[in-house]
Amino acid sequence: MDYSLKIGGQAGQGLQTIGGLLAKVFSRLGYHVFTHQDYMSRIRGGHNFYQIRFADRPISCSRERVNLLVALDKNTIGIHRPTLAEGGLIIYDAEAVRDRYEGEEFFDLPAERLAVEKGGDRIMANSAAVGGVLGLLGLDLGAFEEIVRITMEKKGEPVVRGNIATGRAGSGFVREYCRRLDSFRTVPSGGERLMLIDGVTAMGLGALLSGVKLYSAYPMTPSTGVMTFLASKAKAHGLVVEQAEDEIAAINMALGASYAGVRAMTGTSGGGFALMQEGFSLAGMTETPLVIAEMQRPGPATGLPTRTEQGDLLFVVHAGHGEFPRVVFAPGTPEQAFLLTNKAFDLAEKYQVPVFVQGDQYLADSEWTGTGLPTERLVYTDYRLRGDKLAGLPSYKRYQFTDNGVSPLAVPGASKHLVVVDSDEHDEEGHIIEDAATRNRMVEKRLFRKLPLIRQEMAPPSLYGAEQPEIVLAGFGSTWGVMREVVDALSGRHRIAMLHFSEVFPLPLTDRFDYLALLRGARVSLCIESNATGQFARLLRAETGFGFTGRINRYDGRPFTLESLLGEVHAHLG
Amino acid sequence: MPTLDDYRGQVPAWCPGCGNFGILNAVRKTFVGLGIEPHQVVMVSGIGQAAKLPHYTRCNIFNGLHGRTLPVATGVALANHELLTIVETGDGDCYAEGGNHFVHAIRRNVNVKLFVHDNQIYGLTKGQASPTSEEGMVTKLQPFGVLAGQENPLALAIALDCSFVARGFAGDMDFLQHLMSEAIRHKGFALIDILQPCVTFNRVNTFKWYGERVYRLEEGYDPADRAAAFERAREWGARIPIGILYRKERPLFEERVPVIRETPLVRQPFDFARVKEEANAFF
Repeated sequence: MDYSLKIGGQAGQGLQTIGGLLAKVFSRLGYHVFTHQDYMSRIRGGHNFYQIRFADRPISCSRERVNLLVALDKNTIGIHRPTLAEGGLIIYDAEAVRDRYEGEEFFDLPAERLAVEKGGDRIMANSAAVGGVLGLLGLDLGAFEEIVRITMEKKGEPVVRGNIATGRAGSGFVREYCRRLDSFRTVPSGGERLMLIDGVTAMGLGALLSGVKLYSAYPMTPSTGVMTFLASKAKAHGLVVEQAEDEIAAINMALGASYAGVRAMTGTSGGGFALMQEGFSLAGMTETPLVIAEMQRPGPATGLPTRTEQGDLLFVVHAGHGEFPRVVFAPGTPEQAFLLTNKAFDLAEKYQVPVFVQGDQYLADSEWTGTGLPTERLVYTDYRLRGDKLAGLPSYKRYQFTDNGVSPLAVPGASKHLVVVDSDEHDEEGHIIEDAATRNRMVEKRLFRKLPLIRQEMAPPSLYGAEQPEIVLAGFGSTWGVMREVVDALSGRHRIAMLHFSEVFPLPLTDRFDYLALLRGARVSLCIESNATGQFARLLRAETGFGFTGRINRYDGRPFTLESLLGEVHAHLG
Repeated sequence: MPTLDDYRGQVPAWCPGCGNFGILNAVRKTFVGLGIEPHQVVMVSGIGQAAKLPHYTRCNIFNGLHGRTLPVATGVALANHELLTIVETGDGDCYAEGGNHFVHAIRRNVNVKLFVHDNQIYGLTKGQASPTSEEGMVTKLQPFGVLAGQENPLALAIALDCSFVARGFAGDMDFLQHLMSEAIRHKGFALIDILQPCVTFNRVNTFKWYGERVYRLEEGYDPADRAAAFERAREWGARIPIGILYRKERPLFEERVPVIRETPLVRQPFDFARVKEEANAFF
């Protein structure tokens, strides 16, 4: 069983409510769910959609064709009717869209009328739509009622009861009048209730569970979700979330807090990070720990503000003036986003460097199911010097030369020892210098001594599929899910594997897993990226000399779907 | 008790006779006078001649980027409001490059003390106009004279309801020390715009020029009167007032953020066992 359904309509019509409710119902019933959203940069009107795929086995990407289309307006029918799978159904409300469609793929669900009759308010029409979908799929409304109760509790009992009654009416109507029920019957998932989480929330949760104390940022799609999540937890867990006047202030505020002794983070998208670069370089010079969520969207400039791209990889790898170490993580799933945000905090503090967790709109907004996040794999070590350990030191120098280049990181005010940091080149104490000898020693300390140690921390790419593949699909970040399913689809006929990099820069060593030998041994090696120029392929060639046999790039702002990537891979296989 | 020797830092690299020496001495005397220990202070500075001051005394220092002092200071204050956070900056650093942050730091009202060394000229880059340069001043980069209007930072601060607005003069060190002590004692964001003659590049606004014009606000002046403060802030020419022009008790930002009202972030332990439960909320 593997169904895809799409809810389309104008911004402000509540398709997120419908989509969010359905995804939650499916995951509570134990189905595996994958959702993605496509929305325009506007508050009302236009055309948006929310796509949900659910199955009785793990899934990790969206499909091109949908079995069920819930159309909240006429435009949706015009745009998405061609993507309807064979035997698919379009549910719409003829009265609401003021038009009637003939043909057996159409089903008129009078959602607004049912809402008025059963719920007492036209606004509850969305619950009729949810009920209608669940009725069509032959699913029990228990989970729906449970979720309505939790999410609408604050609005009062009449609203809760009205929505539940409307949902039941929607389901009842479909079960009574739809003649296509047989073709949409579902099988029980056979599993327990699953977790449902999206990429930005997983990142925010990772930060929260890593002890972040200050998050300062300027709102920018698609990164804002990290901030929204943390703001919702600020009171319960003692963290400060501050909306800065601009991205320049955001990163400098985070650096001030980190200097003062707490774990700090900022987040933005490409344009905002362009503004942050000077502060990023300041983090490098002052060796101040910092975690940055860089959630990409298509550029240049404002680009496609609400859509997806992996166009900033080389930007962050080379960001900031001057030369200093940085780490770039590129999670492919919410679980990876959760764990890598934790690793980002650990490495940032251990080596006193800035660390990126880079995502994109597709990862940010996509919801995935799972059996739970592996909290047992989280690490927390306070690398800062404070308390008796600091007070007991006979002397203290912020930039003391050490064998590994990592100097003691003291908290100012916690002892008599003074903590002096400077954006100018400085001596061991942190005071401004201009002499060549000290400059050379500081570059060696900051860069050359730390880099090899940081590189050893980078986990090798993950291999999925054939152990000695003839065809390798390589990529980084959010393409993990779709590459994995393409490998599944082609494994029967080909010796094929996916090589996915989630720890991107500095490139992992090959001592634990010689991924370069694997790539060189493959007859076909394809680098798959959501950008125009193949930035990861260029990075790999620059760092290792390896060139892929082919590249697949998508840069229209939309994610790869299973069918679209399968088609492109086929073209390369001949 | 701390002594002046405790606040002896690096050897200053300023020009002989620079107005900054007077400001440095006033800062050191203020700390000693208030009995503040060097480790209880964080000085945040940016780029410019004023920004070097922290190195010439002894305390915790964050010498960051040009114009970005106030966001850093805000971050420090949010993480640990038990530290005395002082920003040493200049007219270029604070009013030009950092103009946006100036506006929003005043709005937030964090407990940061902002000491602006205002010499009405760019010193470090050798004599270009600053936002507070007088209209018509001729420099190598402004051969037709400064065409933009002169910024009035005090009037701007009063318009934004800044909780403490003062002007000092580097040539009146005792009074400057008094203003600094008052700013530190005041609960809230405090601005002191300090008239500081630049002996190398500003041949107009010299010690003599200021000396002939500057006067201390008379006794009986009421800094609570916002309209009067605005009028005094605009007084510039034959007479230039120094002193506390405006003072208003406003709720402190740090006290309005519930999670740090009692204990600074830096002293709040991370309770992983409790936070971990959040991971179970997505089923």
